[in-house]
Amino acid sequence: MKVQAMAHFSAFSLLRNALTGHKHWPAQWPDALPKAEYDVIIVGAGGHGLAAAYYLAKEHGITNVAVIEKGWLGGGNTGRNTTIVRSNYLYDESARLYDHAIDLWDGLSQDLNYNVMFSQRGVMMLAHTVHDVQSFQRHIHSNRLNGVDNTWVTPQQAKEICPPLNISTDARYPVLGAAWQQRAGTARHDAVAWGYARAAAARGVDIVQNCPVTAIRRGPDGAVEGVETAKGFIKAKKVAVSAAGHTSVIMETAGVRLPLESFPLQALVSEPVKPIFPCVVMSNTVHAYISQSDKGELVIGSGTDQYTSYSQRGGLPLIEHTVAAICEMFPVFRRMRMLRKWGGIVDVTPDRSAILGKTPVQGLYVNCGWGTGGFKVTPGAGHTLAHTIARDDPHPINAPFTLERFTTGRLIDEAAAAAVAH
Amino acid sequence: MSAFRIPGKGRVCHDKPVRFTFDGKQYQGLEADTLASALLANGVHLVGRSFKYHRPRGIVSAGSEEPNALVGVSRGGGREEPNTRATLQEVYEGLTAISQNRWPCLHFDAGATADVLHRFLPAGFYYKTFMWPKRFWDRLYEPLIRRAAGLGVPPSEPDADHYASRYAHCDVLVVGAGPAGTAAALTAGRSGAQVILADEQAEIGGALLADDKVQIEDQTAADWLSAAQAELAALPNVRLLARTTAIGYYHQNMVGLAQRITDHLASPPADAPRERMWRVRAAQVVLAQGAIERPLVFHGNDRPGVMLAGAAQIYLNRYGVKPGKTVVVVTSHDSAWHTAFDLADAGTPIAAIIDTRPAIDPALTEAAAPRGIEALLSHTVTATSGRLRLRSIHVNAVTDGKVGGARLILCDTLLMSGGWTPSLHLFSHTQGKLAWDEASQSFLPDLKTEACHIAGGGRGLWGIENALQDGAKVGAEAAMAAGFNATAPALTTQNDRSGAGIIIAELPTDRGPQSTRSFVDLQNDVTSKDIRLAVHEGMHSIEHVKRYTTSGMATDQGKLANMNGLAIAAAAIGKPPPQVGLTTFRPPYTPTTFGTFAGYHQDDTFDITRKTPIDPWAADNGAVFEPVSLWRRAWYFPKPGEDMHAAVARECRATRNAVGIFDASTLGKIEVVGPDAVEFLNRLYTNPWTKLAPGRCRYGLLLGEDGYILDDGVIGRLSEDRFHVTTTTGGAARVLNMMEDYLQTEWPDLRVWLTSVTEQWATIALNGPNARKLLEPLVEGQDLSDEAFPHMSLADCTVAGFPARLFRVSFTGEMGFEVNVPARHGLALWQRLLGEGEAHDICPYGTETMHVLRAEKGFIVVGQDTDGTVTPGDANLGWAIGKRKPDFVGKRSLARPDLVDPNRKQLVGLLTDDPKVVLEEGAQLVDDPNRPIPMQMIGHVTSSYWSEALGRSIALALVEGGRMRMGETLYLPMASITHTAKVSRTVFYDPDGQRLSM
Ligand SMILES: Cc1cc2nc3c(=O)[nH]c(=O)nc-3n(C[C@H](O)[C@H](O)[C@H](O)COP(=O)(O)OP(=O)(O)OC[C@H]3O[C@@H](n4cnc5c(N)ncnc54)[C@H](O)[C@@H]3O)c2cc1C
Repeated sequence: MKVQAMAHFSAFSLLRNALTGHKHWPAQWPDALPKAEYDVIIVGAGGHGLAAAYYLAKEHGITNVAVIEKGWLGGGNTGRNTTIVRSNYLYDESARLYDHAIDLWDGLSQDLNYNVMFSQRGVMMLAHTVHDVQSFQRHIHSNRLNGVDNTWVTPQQAKEICPPLNISTDARYPVLGAAWQQRAGTARHDAVAWGYARAAAARGVDIVQNCPVTAIRRGPDGAVEGVETAKGFIKAKKVAVSAAGHTSVIMETAGVRLPLESFPLQALVSEPVKPIFPCVVMSNTVHAYISQSDKGELVIGSGTDQYTSYSQRGGLPLIEHTVAAICEMFPVFRRMRMLRKWGGIVDVTPDRSAILGKTPVQGLYVNCGWGTGGFKVTPGAGHTLAHTIARDDPHPINAPFTLERFTTGRLIDEAAAAAVAH
Repeated sequence: MSAFRIPGKGRVCHDKPVRFTFDGKQYQGLEADTLASALLANGVHLVGRSFKYHRPRGIVSAGSEEPNALVGVSRGGGREEPNTRATLQEVYEGLTAISQNRWPCLHFDAGATADVLHRFLPAGFYYKTFMWPKRFWDRLYEPLIRRAAGLGVPPSEPDADHYASRYAHCDVLVVGAGPAGTAAALTAGRSGAQVILADEQAEIGGALLADDKVQIEDQTAADWLSAAQAELAALPNVRLLARTTAIGYYHQNMVGLAQRITDHLASPPADAPRERMWRVRAAQVVLAQGAIERPLVFHGNDRPGVMLAGAAQIYLNRYGVKPGKTVVVVTSHDSAWHTAFDLADAGTPIAAIIDTRPAIDPALTEAAAPRGIEALLSHTVTATSGRLRLRSIHVNAVTDGKVGGARLILCDTLLMSGGWTPSLHLFSHTQGKLAWDEASQSFLPDLKTEACHIAGGGRGLWGIENALQDGAKVGAEAAMAAGFNATAPALTTQNDRSGAGIIIAELPTDRGPQSTRSFVDLQNDVTSKDIRLAVHEGMHSIEHVKRYTTSGMATDQGKLANMNGLAIAAAAIGKPPPQVGLTTFRPPYTPTTFGTFAGYHQDDTFDITRKTPIDPWAADNGAVFEPVSLWRRAWYFPKPGEDMHAAVARECRATRNAVGIFDASTLGKIEVVGPDAVEFLNRLYTNPWTKLAPGRCRYGLLLGEDGYILDDGVIGRLSEDRFHVTTTTGGAARVLNMMEDYLQTEWPDLRVWLTSVTEQWATIALNGPNARKLLEPLVEGQDLSDEAFPHMSLADCTVAGFPARLFRVSFTGEMGFEVNVPARHGLALWQRLLGEGEAHDICPYGTETMHVLRAEKGFIVVGQDTDGTVTPGDANLGWAIGKRKPDFVGKRSLARPDLVDPNRKQLVGLLTDDPKVVLEEGAQLVDDPNRPIPMQMIGHVTSSYWSEALGRSIALALVEGGRMRMGETLYLPMASITHTAKVSRTVFYDPDGQRLSM
């Protein structure tokens, strides 16, 4: 079996299959066993790795590709995040990359023939202090000149957009206004991974699950030869590592050290309720953000835990703080209940911007450092990574996101602008 | 008395009737009833509608695993909440509950059209459609989906209750107070260990509350329990917490307990918190959470009237309630037989017991016969009927795997049992490993990561005696592990019940797969067909199956669905269950109120507000405050009729012309002491410190390892080995952390000690030409003349009789002093200075005026004029770098190519062409406003004010190659207008610094 025809998804095919008992849907992606050799191997079947494989096949005609995943596809941060998609970043380099991603989000369901439920509900970032106001104004002015939508709203306007918001002036952290990006919103994380996996597989990409990559093998000339995995050695002249929090461990086996620290990041959902929350609200000052899923759950996230760790357990105090912050901004939610909480391991660079491009090793590419906010860039990261791999040369949009910038000092310091950057 | 209540039976108070309403109709229950038991006593099974298909649903369980019986509960006045489990909510006089997820009413719900269309809405259908036309998603499809989804209606008013939290430490925490937990707590308690025993039910006892046959140590279960409870209550080292759920098991034996305090009371005391979070750190934890009964999966297993057999036993024996008029039992486990016997003995006709097993303990069939119960072994249930309440079932014999013809049995209640699953949720929170036990077809605890012990049903044991004895043994082990001498009592029982059984998720059926609707996740409406479809579509990991079907993601968190879902998925994949794996259980164990997590962190106490000793005066004198990190600082002091602009202009004038007084107490202060203190500062700060003489001070600049400005402040040398370091208000904790970090990890050899003294000193700044005149007469022990006490000096002396650490420094460009006195004298000194200052036209000013005055002098504010990308050179602070120092934090980074690029953004002044225009902080600068978007930006405004002293606006900006652009015109394109401004130096006022000694 090689390229499998992808059953077209539509209301009509749903109807037709309903009449035959849904017996004829093909597998969305086949369980592939690794071949001996590929043109390109991508390590990590998160949204980014799968998207890169899809665009390699779709836009560069490179289909002899394997995505190798240690667990189940989409089970890393892609399947754990709070799905906020926005592009109102400060620096030109970021604004361009994230806006490129939004352009791809818009129409992604149709492109993949998979409803990723991209919902442009708008993202509101609350300003609680004079310093916040200054910082957001700076973003808004910069975004306007970069052609990225982002506007200032007053507390009253914020309340009109989001009725549960508390704009009382005697709150501990009163709302002084907000930055509002209407184009921004949320998407269904699993569907993004599955949609890319299905569309990539349909173009011939092998998705190998339950197969940890244990090392990258380099030849005598230093160039990449392939990867060692739990299922044996697999040859490839081009390997891209897109393994989020575990990237530094894998890259170390190729002798490449990365300036990454891994932190637990926690999130939680409430019990589902009828629609009450029409947008996404974030607050950097109180460290919490919230939206409501299509299922009706309030989806809530916090800042990273204070200490580096690979444990996905996460502590109670941070969650207590996050929930307190939510109740402070939305006192009507205090009697709601938390249904479950979880953690992911996020990979953070010194300037809180990603590393996406070539490495000093011939044939080795890296995509990491998305930290707390890389879901939103999934299509953009995959798209530019595919370009970088195919041409052995970065796309102009990801060109600034080099590893070298930490040596030259040409940082893209979004940390300076936002403490919680989802 | 209702037809379903058995007079005198159970633990409810038959002489204490309680009235409540459900969907507007009034009912009567008894004290100690739950809402579920009270409704059942009134013959009400139908209580809600399911999530997706809006199917009528009844009460299934008697505990927190309840998937169906979720109601909205309201006391009015901001006390309403959705999705409350009727099986845990106790009734009280006046309780008001409503059903959910139905319109217009519970009996007739328009949403049930989804049920008619179910064929078109299989698992994951929404991923396959709603894509055309594209713009319909946001506008039509998604709003429709959202309206149909959700369960209850969220609260609409702010919560009127408050919540509490506390820490507790103990030797042994026992979670679950069934026979195992109670025995464990007794054993550990008798050893003298500090014990906490928590149970989510209203009273302790667990399974003992629902067993009226077993005898423990020759007493009835109830008597033994009362004695145990009395003993535990009498032990001073034991704390009993009922209505308390262990919600999460965190690192290093920390367990969160959520205690419900007032939800069961008709009129809660006004000052009582509604719930309390206990953060318990236990030396040893005993998990005695028992086991949860598995439902059976068969066509029509979701009708109101279909209930777990174990739940019926609880309703009968604990609440004295019969679940229906005619009962049938379907089971693969012995336990349900005993439930049937109890019901029969209480006068409920049992039409039949259907057991899927071909052979069982003959004692059971022998016990059934005299009770007139027909026992059907090797039988199955293939269908049920009844829309709002079960009316009948189809029962078929199974021979050699073949399902025979159906027989109709009329009944209004069907009790099911698919065996029992050890409850290991909390154990899973610890990431402890589970091992598959083939015999019991369940996961049992294996490798542990924390100091915990599992007792009783949680590790697969059956029966009261086993649980008691295991609990006692484990309780003793835990106490001994915590250092106590404990012995397990031998607890013996009579009449304990047998508990053999097999696990069978899905009942055999003769129905075609297309016409079968067997529910696995009752709340989320996931059928066995959905699970098979997911597998068929390539979802071969249990996590994929879960996410694709949403099985196990409802508010019961998979307590009922997970094991059945796993069995069905594993069979479809063709692998044994352990190879398919289990999804991770995540905290909280049951859904927990947000307010309980927030605890006291609400309103004013959401975050502490740090206030200076002078804050009360500012509040009394009309200050407008601004929050700066955790502090609140006086922003400006408007006089009647003044707006901010007028007030700040007046404060600026007064300070430049006479003297201003400013509360600078929030500045971070760290005392750096020790023989190596000077070396420490040399390595940390950019400046050289060796030659700074005692009694002198210097502006200090601190960089991160990346070479960018992190903090700044004046550092004074008190003596050879003692420095007074000041930091920015917001940076104090960060700087102290950084100092400690370096001291402990990089330079542990340095003999240096750090003490935060921010709150020990009140700091009052006096600035202006009259500052010295005001201060001089009040100072003893220091000559304030320029010769004896020049700019950048410090001295210990007294000011107005208070011991003081006096600095001559200025952040305004005027002659300035900062008086530090012990915090307790701060207010008195402030008032004294104000009084004495009247003669010198003194004026208090706030942070805004401070900002204007410093901007007029081009002094930066870290975090406003810098943003984590600014080097000392960028900020014109190259002079603050000790050129001859071998090293300091950030030095190496400063040499990186991009950090020495002459075209970096540099801090410059900006003077608008129209002097009246005050630029917006954050406005972006371009050199050509006519370029298309995206437009090349070359910098931004960092600070911008109206300068009263200059009679025009001023601004600071970071601009690419700024220092080479002096006099150049730049543009600031705003949304509707473009401003122009010329680049200038950053010092706008008194460039020669003559006023410092005026
Ligand atoms: C709680 C939380 C909330 C978040 N919220 C948001 C948000 O609201 N908006 C936003 O934009 N971003 C958010 N993020 C960040 C976002 O999730 C990530 O940046 C993004 O999903 C990264 O995608 P990825 O494909 O790079 O990584 P992943 O999805 O983590 O994929 C990496 C994959 O690599 C695999 N892997 C690792 N090691 C190996 C190996 N040795 N061999 C083979 N495979 C390996 C992993 O199993 C994993 O599947 C959040 C993250 C978390 C944890």
